[in-house]
Amino acid sequence: MDFSIASILALDGITNGAVYALLALATVLVFAVTRVIFIPQGEFVAFGALTLAILQTGKVPGTVWFLLILATLAALSDLVQGLRQHQPAARIAVVMLRTLAFPVLVSLLALWAAPRNLPMLAQAALTLALVTPFGSLIYRLAYESLADASVLVLLIVSVGVHFALVGLGLFFFGAEGFRNPSFWDQRFSLGPVVVSGQALIIFVASLALIVALYLFFERTLRGKALRATAVNRLGARLMGISSAGAGRLSFTMAAFIGALSGLLIGPTTTVFYDSGFLIGLKGFVAAVFAGLSSYPLALVGALGVGLLESFSSFWASAFKEVIVFASILPVLLWRSLRDPHGEEH
Amino acid sequence: MKLIKTLLAGAAALLVSAQALADINVGISLSLTGPGSGLGIPMQNYYTKVFPQTIAGEKVNLIILDDATDPGKGVANTRRFVTEDKVDVIIGSTITPVAAAMAPVAAEAKTVQLAASPVGVPPGQDGWLFRLPQGNDVMAHPIVQHMKKNGVKTVGFIGYTDAYGELWLKAITAEAEKNGIKVVAAERFARTDTGVTPQALKLTSANPDAILVVATGSGAAMPELALLERGYKGKIYQTHAAATPDLMRIGGKAVDGTFVVSGPAVIAEQLPDSHPSKKLAIDFVTKYEKAMGPNTRNQFAGHAYDSQVALEKAIPMALKKAKPGTPEFRAALKDSLESMGRTIFSHGVMNWTKDDHWGYTNETGVLLKVVNGKFAVEQ
Repeated sequence: MDFSIASILALDGITNGAVYALLALATVLVFAVTRVIFIPQGEFVAFGALTLAILQTGKVPGTVWFLLILATLAALSDLVQGLRQHQPAARIAVVMLRTLAFPVLVSLLALWAAPRNLPMLAQAALTLALVTPFGSLIYRLAYESLADASVLVLLIVSVGVHFALVGLGLFFFGAEGFRNPSFWDQRFSLGPVVVSGQALIIFVASLALIVALYLFFERTLRGKALRATAVNRLGARLMGISSAGAGRLSFTMAAFIGALSGLLIGPTTTVFYDSGFLIGLKGFVAAVFAGLSSYPLALVGALGVGLLESFSSFWASAFKEVIVFASILPVLLWRSLRDPHGEEH
Repeated sequence: MKLIKTLLAGAAALLVSAQALADINVGISLSLTGPGSGLGIPMQNYYTKVFPQTIAGEKVNLIILDDATDPGKGVANTRRFVTEDKVDVIIGSTITPVAAAMAPVAAEAKTVQLAASPVGVPPGQDGWLFRLPQGNDVMAHPIVQHMKKNGVKTVGFIGYTDAYGELWLKAITAEAEKNGIKVVAAERFARTDTGVTPQALKLTSANPDAILVVATGSGAAMPELALLERGYKGKIYQTHAAATPDLMRIGGKAVDGTFVVSGPAVIAEQLPDSHPSKKLAIDFVTKYEKAMGPNTRNQFAGHAYDSQVALEKAIPMALKKAKPGTPEFRAALKDSLESMGRTIFSHGVMNWTKDDHWGYTNETGVLLKVVNGKFAVEQ
C-alpha cells in the first residue's frame, strides 16, 4: 500500500460514497417526515438504471406497464374512498383524473419515444419522469392508510414492499443484468489517479442535489412544511399542513433521488433487478450514522461507508460486506450512549 | 361425497397399477415457474417434443411436475413419484438447492435420480444421485492445460463470494498445483457490487501471468472491465457460466481475446472434428432446433438429451435383470448406469462408476476465445 494505491482507493470510495449519500439523504428525509424506514429505497436505483438500459435498446421498459398498473390501483382506491364518503361523482372523477394524469401521460410519451432512439440525455430525463411517480403511488397504496401506525408496523410494511418490488422487478425487467454507456467518456489524469468523467458527473450531481435539497428546505414554503411535519406531525396538521400530502411529497422526492442514483451508477457496474437492495442498505447504514435525523451527518456517514468499503475490498475482499455492516454496531453503541432516550411512540 | 372419493381413489389406483404392469415410468421434476424457470422450460420442451415414446421396445411414461424453484415442492413431487406413481427413475431438478433436497427422498426409496444441476452431496451420500452437468474440476482442466502450454506460471483469481466462486477456487487451485502453476492472489466480489476497483488494484499489483474470473452470465464482464481499466495486460480466463453472448453484450470490444471454457453441446458446429462429442452435439442441436426453431439450443435442453442417451444405454441392460416397476429393476438401473462405462454425451464424455457419480472425463471441456465479439474454438 503506497500513496498512489491509497489515492485510487480513496477516489473509488468517495465515488461510491457520493451515491450512498444520496440514498442516505432520501432515507433520512422519508423517515423524518413519515417515520417509515424505507428499505425499498434501493429498488428505485435498480428501476432507474434498468429503465434507461432498456430505453437504450429501443424497447419499451417494463416500468411503463408497472407504472400504469400502480396508477390504476391508486385511482381505484380513490374511487372506493370517494364512494364511501358519498362524494359527488364529478369530484371523484377529478380526483381520479389527478391521480392518473401524470403516469398516463409519461407512459404515452415513453411508448412514443422508445423506438425512436432519442439522445441519451432525453432518455435519462424520461427515465426520471417514469420512476419518480412510483414514490407517491407506493406511498398511497402501501403506507397512507397506516400513516399513524407504529414505526415497527411501518418497518414490517417496508420489508413487504421490498420483496414485492424485487419480485415485480424480476417480472418486468427479466433476470439479465445491464450496463449503461457512460454519460461522459473523458478521463483526467491527476498524478497516479485517473478520474473518469462519470465519477465527476457523480460528484457534481450529488453536490447539486444536496444544495438543491438545502435550498428547498430553507427557502420554500413546501420545504418548510415538510420540516414542520418532521418536527411535529400533529402541530403541523393544526397549522393546516396536510400530513398525507407531506408523505407523498417526501416519497416522490425519495423515488426521484433513487432513480437519479440509478442513472449515476448504471455506467460503472452491471445492474440487475435485485442490485438495488444492497446499495440501498449501505445508504441506510449511512443514515443510521446520522441517527436518521441529520442530513450533514448522513453525508459524512455515506462517505465513510464508501471509504470503508473500498479499503476493506482491497485488504480482505471476502469479508467486505461483513466489515461494512458490522461497522454499524459501534455506531449504534456510541449513539445510544450519547443520547439515551426511550422509544418515542 | 365419501363414496365418490373412494371410487375416484380406486379408479386412480387401478390406473396406476395398470400402468405399472409393463411401462417404464419416469418422474420429472423441473423448475417451470419462479427464478429457475429459464432453465426448466427448455428441458420441458425437450421432454414433451423430442423425447422418444419407447425405449428398448418398452413404452415410456413421462410424468412432468413443476417444483416452482422451491425445495419443499421438489420434495413433495419426489414423494409423489415414489409413492403414487412408483416411478423407475427420477429426473431433476434444474436448480441445485431443489435437486439437493430431492436427493435424500429418492435415495430412501432406492430410485435413481438424474440431476440436471451440479449437486454437491458428499461422496457416500450420493449413492442414487447421478449428475448430468459437468463438475468444476473437469472444466478447470482445459483452462490449466492452456495456461501450461502458454507458459503461465502464476495465476490470480477473482470470483463470486458464494458457492460457485468457492468451488471454482478449490478446483483451480488443485488443478494448477498439479501442473506447477501458483495461485498468487484470490479476491472476491458479489454479483450486486457497485464496483471491483479495489480488488482489481490488488490483483494487478500482484501482477500474475493470467487471471481467472469466476462469475455468471451478464455479471462476468464487470470484473474483467475493471482489470483492463487498471491496465492489466496478461491473459484473462472466464468459466463456463460466462460462456453466453452476454459477455460481449456488456463487455463490448474490451473483452476480445478473453479465453472462455465451455461445454461442447451448445457450440456443436464449431467443435473440432477430433472432439468426441461432436456427433451427438450436432444431433442434439438439429433435433431440438427442428422442434423449437433456430437458435433455441441451450445447456439445459442438452442435459435432457443426455438423460435420454443415458437411459437408452442403461435401460436395455437393466431389462435383462428385472421387470420395470419393481425394486429389482430400480437397483438394476443403478448398476447399469455405474457399469455402462465410457459413454458419449452431447455435453462431453461420461464415465460413471460406483465411486464417481460426477463422471465426466477430461476430454469434456472446450476452450473458446473471443474474437471480434464472437466465440471461436481455441486449439
